[in-house]
Amino acid sequence: MSKEHQPGMSLIVRTITRLTVGLIVLYGIYIVSHGHVSPGGGFAGGVIIALSFVHLMLAYGKDLALQKLPKGVSSFFESMGAILFLSLALLGFTGGYFFLNFISKGQPFRLFSAGIIPLANIAISLKVGAGLFAIFIALVILKFESEK
Amino acid sequence: MTVYLLCFILFSVGLYCMLRKRNIIKIIVGIIIAEYATNLFFILVAYRREGRSPIYSPDQTIVNMVDALPQAVVLTAIVIGLASTALLVALAIRIYDKYGTFDITRIRELRG
Amino acid sequence: MIELYILLIFMIVGAIIAVEVKDLLSSVVAVGAVGLGLSMTFLILKAPDVAITQLVVELLALIILIRATIKRDLPFSTSGRWYVNTFITGAFIFMFVLLGLICLKDLPPFGYPLMRVASTYLREGLAKTGATNLVASVILDYRAFDTLGEATILFTAVIGVLAVVRRQGRKGEDEIVDEDDD
Repeated sequence: MSKEHQPGMSLIVRTITRLTVGLIVLYGIYIVSHGHVSPGGGFAGGVIIALSFVHLMLAYGKDLALQKLPKGVSSFFESMGAILFLSLALLGFTGGYFFLNFISKGQPFRLFSAGIIPLANIAISLKVGAGLFAIFIALVILKFESEK
Repeated sequence: MTVYLLCFILFSVGLYCMLRKRNIIKIIVGIIIAEYATNLFFILVAYRREGRSPIYSPDQTIVNMVDALPQAVVLTAIVIGLASTALLVALAIRIYDKYGTFDITRIRELRG
Repeated sequence: MIELYILLIFMIVGAIIAVEVKDLLSSVVAVGAVGLGLSMTFLILKAPDVAITQLVVELLALIILIRATIKRDLPFSTSGRWYVNTFITGAFIFMFVLLGLICLKDLPPFGYPLMRVASTYLREGLAKTGATNLVASVILDYRAFDTLGEATILFTAVIGVLAVVRRQGRKGEDEIVDEDDD
């Protein structure tokens, strides 16, 4: 396949990527934030956000994509997600036991209800999305190096 | 009961591929198929006749829901399966770099 | 439930194609078709959370598989003693399925689950946690330890991939220091 030496893919793919990547990230954020009202949750939303960055990297070639997204960013976000989840769990100690739901539960069907569940969804989505994107970067960059 | 039998047959197709093939990528394909069959078995056990999905809607009239506990278990199991698949693929790439082949019978001969 | 049987047979046929085809790219695409059939089966069995997650996760697994193995396709032929090996494997799998069917008789019939613990979650889930998605309330409130364990497993897998991929020794002659060393 001689396309590996030109950066990214053809013009049609790059134009469509420019139009749709923002919509994919927005859809992922919607699924994460409404995780306690409609089906979805942190895992599916995190994978969708990671897929949007993978889409960007596949369409524009790895050099240009790595300029926009430096490599340390994904490991920072993954650690932030894990620390946020653990601190939400440890804060339950103030009320009673580990993982106590200490924020008040509002009325059902609203966005700000159900205690710590929306915040825990955001933490899980950060962790899963950044972790899977780091795995994808590691496997793709190594492939290019060993082909030389 | 036939549904469980078909799920078992899917698992045994993946098992046959894991045992019998010589290419590492085919072995990984077999592991993926066996994982799919396991997750399907959990959700099959959790189905309830004339049930609905375990999510409240503002205008519902019936409260007869399917089992929600195996669905929560399978949700994390799917993401864990992806993580282990990625680790296997990384190992397969490393083996190709070191030995130059994907064939498992030739890897034992060339001790690098 | 005739559509359930049709989807299961479609998945089995797709799996057999994925196992027997000699081209690596075709077998990876067939695994993608099996995953799509599985997501539709989850939707028919009234599990929308699981269906969404299965679809996007299988997409990412396909991307990783195709991207990592697309240039390394090596055709080779089978070795000798083929009949004996296949016969032994076939006999083992036949006995495995037979013993599995004997154990299946202890399960409750399809469509009538036991639900001893889950009935409590379904009755009091909305009142005690305030979330209308009961599966989210199970994974993040009643069973939050399992989610913590899953986060740990994902973390370990990322560390494992980065450790396997890393090149040994950073002082190569003309090594391009363009790798993920976090």
